[in-house]
Amino acid sequence: MLIFHLGGVQASLFSLLTIVALILAFVMLGSHWIKNHILAFAAESWVIAALSAAIGITGHYPELVFIAALTALFRGTLLPYLLLRIVNDLRQNREFTPLLQPSSSVVLGGFLVLFSYALAHKLGVRMNLVDNIAVLALTAMFALKLIGFLMLVLRAEAVSSILGLLVIENGIFLGSQILVPGMPLLLEMVILFDLLIIVSTFGMLIRFLHKEVGTTSSRELTRLVG
Amino acid sequence: MIWNVLYAIWTVTGLAMAGGWVSRRSRVAEALNLAAAVIDFVLVVVLLIATPGQPITALNHYLLLDDFGVWVMFCLAIVYLLASVYAIGYMRWMHGEAARLHRFYSLFAAFALTMFLAPAQNNPGLYWIAIDLTTIVSAFLVGFQRAPESIEAAWKYIVIVSAGLGLALLGTVLFYWAGTFILGPVYDMTWANLASIAPKAEPLLLMLSFLLVLVGFGTKVGLAPMHTWLPDAHSEGPAPVSAMLSGALLNCAMLGILRYLHILRSTSIETMARTALVVLGAFSLLVAALFISRQTIIKRLAAYSSVEHMGVIALGFGFGGPLGVIGALYHMLNHSLTKSLVFFGAGNMMHAYESKDIARIRRVLRFFPRSGAIWLAGAVAITGAPPFGLFLSELTILRGGMQSANPWAVWWMAVLLIVIFIGFLNHFRAMYFGPRPDHAPHLKLKFVHVAPMAVALAAILLLGLWWLPPIWAHLASIATQLGGV
Repeated sequence: MLIFHLGGVQASLFSLLTIVALILAFVMLGSHWIKNHILAFAAESWVIAALSAAIGITGHYPELVFIAALTALFRGTLLPYLLLRIVNDLRQNREFTPLLQPSSSVVLGGFLVLFSYALAHKLGVRMNLVDNIAVLALTAMFALKLIGFLMLVLRAEAVSSILGLLVIENGIFLGSQILVPGMPLLLEMVILFDLLIIVSTFGMLIRFLHKEVGTTSSRELTRLVG
Repeated sequence: MIWNVLYAIWTVTGLAMAGGWVSRRSRVAEALNLAAAVIDFVLVVVLLIATPGQPITALNHYLLLDDFGVWVMFCLAIVYLLASVYAIGYMRWMHGEAARLHRFYSLFAAFALTMFLAPAQNNPGLYWIAIDLTTIVSAFLVGFQRAPESIEAAWKYIVIVSAGLGLALLGTVLFYWAGTFILGPVYDMTWANLASIAPKAEPLLLMLSFLLVLVGFGTKVGLAPMHTWLPDAHSEGPAPVSAMLSGALLNCAMLGILRYLHILRSTSIETMARTALVVLGAFSLLVAALFISRQTIIKRLAAYSSVEHMGVIALGFGFGGPLGVIGALYHMLNHSLTKSLVFFGAGNMMHAYESKDIARIRRVLRFFPRSGAIWLAGAVAITGAPPFGLFLSELTILRGGMQSANPWAVWWMAVLLIVIFIGFLNHFRAMYFGPRPDHAPHLKLKFVHVAPMAVALAAILLLGLWWLPPIWAHLASIATQLGGV
């Protein structure tokens, strides 16, 4: 298993990339400009692609290099491009209806990371992995998941909801690269394509929302209750 | 041979999907979809008869054919057939959408196809993807009418369910990770492999993974408190789509939860996992009871009833034991049939009275003596009253619960079922015996609007009076395979 056979340099490199990806999630939390969110998401995807490539090359999983290229292409380029197009078409530059100030969101995000670490640490203790990179990978996985949910809760704009979901996906992808690099290639590829379909679907629905409902803010979607 | 039957189902449905889209003529698409539904039904019955007792795999272990999967496909095929017949009558009412109707049938077939794919996946990851695809396709069906409400419902549906499925994916990855400590870094991700590693894996990790999967697929099943998308999507889509969502899709997602529960069968956390399912089921019943009593919109009423019945099924599987499992499986079939009937009737009445409000639908029997009587019988059936099938399956589940680790839930379930019975039928009392409406409906229902309801009613009456021996044998076989899960 990869996580048991890491050299010092490898472990440091993987940890560094994981932490950079986590910090980029905070960039998203700390800004109200949707374009910043998209750029941060793109950067995060590239970091994850770099991580995949690094694991593929140093850990002898050649197919991961291929996955890294696909990640950079799909998650790092195509998805941000699609999102930017939606934002430009609908002229949504800013998240106007956040529940919290950026600073408070960031603090809240910090607590979520602490919680994730506590959970990952507990798992690590049980599985004798305390000083292993697995704890960091699990922390990043859970933290990105929770930060994604936080973005879904705090932000009302439709594009922000998509970004929240994509952050969740990125977290899973990031963690799975370190924990289960041998996961079947087919599955990873299908999930990537699936993501593309889902974002296109979201894009179409946002346009329908804009045209038929006249708003893309989830706080104004209040026709259906009870 | 048997695999060819399965491939034929996929091919036929796929052809109906492609043909409908390409033809650009609504009548052609309609006929193709109906033909696919009829052929699928026949083929699934063949599968039901011919499937060997033991699970078999194909295509390098990527596909799995077992009694449970076939049972879910059987429920699906029935609903698909009934809904396809009903759609012919219902969709022709929508004159504004005539130009896009071929797309509706194409998407309808695509929706059925994704649901036929899911139960046969032997790889949990591919199963997850199949469920994700059902979400994407059905979101377009929910939003088909392009009314602000439909689009809002489709949007909420896809956002909430995608978030839930994100959790399920995380759970799936963690399950796989748990296996790498035992089977090495690279192994086939199959249900059987995961089941083989579970007894040796770290219980805390397994529990965490299971809870993630439970909440994730539970969102799709519509278990409270993750059910919030369900009333919106079920009420705003066209009636045939509502029937498919409720009668077919929810079962497909429930299958996933059950497969994961089965993985934990011989671990130390099995009882805890079961209890988690029981708690979610019990809470779903509570939420459904409260919202059914105060409901004002007819299709939302039926939608909350789906939350209720998914709760009942979750309780049945959570109780476990032969009675709990068989009751829950039987409940799947009965619910699929009965809920289709209720949604078809609701679609007819919404169109006849030109309103979604229960308050506007009055004196149904006076204006629609025949279809009104069938709908009323369906409403009595859906609340679990005898002599219909749901009574039998609910009773079986209650008996299973008595012998389970959570007998408290039996009382909980019994009380809430009575509350739901009163609350649900109170709305029907008002619709059937309330004051005369201001505007009498002038709609004439045609044969296709009523025939699927009548067929469903006959079936649930039969299922309520008689456990058909082949069905009993099939369900007993599933219960044995699931080891009483």
